[in-house]
Amino acid sequence: MTDFKPLSRKELAARIAQDIPEGWYVNLGIGIPTLIADVIPAEKEIILHSENGVLGFGPAPASDKIDPWLINAGKQHVTLRPGGSFFHHADSFAMIRGGHLDLCVLGAFEVSSSGDLANWATSERDNAPAVGGAMDLVAGTRRVWVATEHTTREGLPKLVKACSYPLTAPGVVSRIYTNLAIIEVMNGNFTVKEMIPGITKEILQEYTGAKLLFEEVEYV
Amino acid sequence: MINKEVRNIADALEGVSNGAVVMVGGFGSVGQPDALIEGLIEQGARDLTVIANNAGSGRVGLAKLMEAGRIRKIICSFPRSAGSVVFEELFRAGKLELEIVPQGTLAERIRAAGAGIPAFYTPTTVGTILAKGKESRSFDGKTYVMEHALHADIALIEAWRTDRLGNCIYRESGRNFNAVMAMGARKTIVQSCGMVELGNLDPEAIVTPGIFVDRIVVVPDTANSDVALEGAV
Repeated sequence: MTDFKPLSRKELAARIAQDIPEGWYVNLGIGIPTLIADVIPAEKEIILHSENGVLGFGPAPASDKIDPWLINAGKQHVTLRPGGSFFHHADSFAMIRGGHLDLCVLGAFEVSSSGDLANWATSERDNAPAVGGAMDLVAGTRRVWVATEHTTREGLPKLVKACSYPLTAPGVVSRIYTNLAIIEVMNGNFTVKEMIPGITKEILQEYTGAKLLFEEVEYV
Repeated sequence: MINKEVRNIADALEGVSNGAVVMVGGFGSVGQPDALIEGLIEQGARDLTVIANNAGSGRVGLAKLMEAGRIRKIICSFPRSAGSVVFEELFRAGKLELEIVPQGTLAERIRAAGAGIPAFYTPTTVGTILAKGKESRSFDGKTYVMEHALHADIALIEAWRTDRLGNCIYRESGRNFNAVMAMGARKTIVQSCGMVELGNLDPEAIVTPGIFVDRIVVVPDTANSDVALEGAV
């Protein structure tokens, strides 16, 4: 057994933040994506969009600087960077649906090798499915990246041939960042671009529910 | 002289009837007009359909009205969130009907109602179970789903500052669904954190012009009482 240490949620958020170019308008979903706001360097101008009507939000405030009127999509307190703005929900989703955002980073229950995303309901009879803005985001933003643990808590693969949960949308995910690897979704395949130190191709494949292609893999 | 301010919550809610469709502003608890929502318990209207982004949390506001058994159906995008205990109990017991609408579609359906647009096409939900049974159409080779305007009898919203004509401004992320719902209902009732003299709201900065507003009741925001009223603009 080789020795490897999966990235923590914060390390994963930081790895994604590295890949977001300055100048992009980006929406962050609930869960790991939310943590990205806390690790973007102050001098790198990435404009974060929150579906509840905030553009240009920043990291979480210090505990004595909480503004009760300023929250993100996950209903956590955030700060506003200089140049930030507020707007109502219809305008917020005009930005999303109208194709004005460069990227959204979302969590996932499952992603398929054809880029299908399932992240809102656990069955067609889910007691209280929680779609929120996910379907609008994937329908409207220019790129959809997923940030997730590579497997479920029970160790089952989240990267699969075909999703078993109800879809958020078919064929929308272009890149997946997990705690083990960075994977591009292209032409119906998962192609590994980067793996964490110490892990082998065989082990990564074992944790994945669809065939992985390995082209020019970088070890970080 | 026009003056849309009423004396108290009871006057603000006068005439809300059984079976009414009620929009409730807010995103989570931010911008949610809790005093008006809880006022409906005293007011007595039953069999309500509530349109809101969330299904309440804890046992206050929307959750309290739900717990009092006044809500028959909720139309929302995200019912299950931290602390949505009352919703989950009632829903599991079959005492609450639920319609899930994606958040952007929800906002646009409400905006359409306010803007006199009966229906529109959106790419949201294409290829999912939420598109089932809905008319779809192709534009420039891409598929869209038809969604209908969502009307309501009443909108309950929270504004930060208002004047007697009903002009409203909001505070930070408290604008959310409030400004959209103000347009979407036949009657809009505002819970205002504070009234300012006519002329003291910057006309360039008014978000909801008074034409969309019917009644205002002042409920000071105690958490932000240090923010001076005159600092409205």
